[in-house]
Amino acid sequence: MDLTPIWLTLKLAGITTFVLLAIGLPVARWLSRGRSFFKIIIEAIITMPLVLPPSVLGFYLLMAFSPRQGVGKWLHDVFDIQFVFSFQGLVLASVIYSMPFMIGPIKSALQQLPVSLSEASASLGKTRWQTFIHVLLPNIKPSLLTAMVLTFAHTLGEFGVVLMIGGNIPGVTRVASIAVYDSVEQMDYHTANVYSLILFSVTFALVIAVFVFNKYNAKSPLT
Amino acid sequence: MITVAIGHKLNAYNGQQLLRIRQDFPEGSITRISGPSGAGKTTFLKIIAGFIRPDKGTIIANGITWLDTDAHISVPPEKRLAGFVFQGYALFPNMTVQQHLEYATSDPAWINRLLKMGKLETFTGQKPAYLSGGQQQRLAILRALATRPKLLLMDEPFSALDQPMRTELIHELKLLFKELGTTVLIVSHYPQELEGLSGQDLVIG
Repeated sequence: MDLTPIWLTLKLAGITTFVLLAIGLPVARWLSRGRSFFKIIIEAIITMPLVLPPSVLGFYLLMAFSPRQGVGKWLHDVFDIQFVFSFQGLVLASVIYSMPFMIGPIKSALQQLPVSLSEASASLGKTRWQTFIHVLLPNIKPSLLTAMVLTFAHTLGEFGVVLMIGGNIPGVTRVASIAVYDSVEQMDYHTANVYSLILFSVTFALVIAVFVFNKYNAKSPLT
Repeated sequence: MITVAIGHKLNAYNGQQLLRIRQDFPEGSITRISGPSGAGKTTFLKIIAGFIRPDKGTIIANGITWLDTDAHISVPPEKRLAGFVFQGYALFPNMTVQQHLEYATSDPAWINRLLKMGKLETFTGQKPAYLSGGQQQRLAILRALATRPKLLLMDEPFSALDQPMRTELIHELKLLFKELGTTVLIVSHYPQELEGLSGQDLVIG
């Protein structure tokens, strides 16, 4: 039994969650403050993966990062980076595809915090950064955890996008969801069942952990 | 001396109304601010603190221009360092009583003195959710004092305190304001609860 697709999936989900946390926190903070037409456009772009068929997103990423043209060719020629059919391509696609799952809950939680908390912190001479780190972030911990788990779990289940940009290269881009599909195609239901069961168990354990952490009554991962 | 001359449109239930205030607040003075609900008392304090930018006006604090709308000058709240006691307390749910004060100052002796004054010495490890309304309000006052502010803005600061506690706290605060040379602006619906804090009165609306 080859467990490489499972490890590859967990590695992809971990890296994606970490990268999205770094990107998502400042973006969510920016989006949570005030409204403007520009912010609406950015928010719509971030939300698009929720409604767009994964294959469509994957197709555009494939076109955009093809080493034969445009940005992909430039990245390949100048930096020797290739996103198509590579693990870094999977990370890029996953970051874009799971972005609304990280940014959405954090943005909502920040918007629900009373403005007076930031004002009180500022009146004590604290900068916006200090306020964000010491006051805002600790008070949205449940939502932060929800966002991280949702991002991780959503990345575990990706199929269309990763197949389009990564293909099915064993040990490189063949993640668990693709391995399940591949096994079923080859009528190897036992292997498909093992991969599926592991994915199901990991995801279920994560969701249970969030409920326990949030003491049953805080934020459901579904809200 | 703090000199304020501002004009700001307020959205009231009966349409827009203009908040227009021109007032000097001498250094170390106490000003009691009263007026009907919705007249703009809280907005006025927030404009001075820098949380709200008025449509027009100037604020000059001890010779430093905090606000000049014509010159596009607006010093941010963290630079104005005006102590602020919020009507809803605005305590940080993640911090204990001790941590609230440590967040504002790194002077342990000063923290101990404030805790004693607010009678919160035995609650240092408690978070706001586990404090009574009166204790929360006292913590809000202590936190605002922790930075030793030269200007203190208090919005209904004694509303949750019983009479004996209020009288005792006001007595202690008076001594502290004198010691620190703090200029104080206090908004209250019930001026009688500010008995003992003598100073000038400002009626808004």
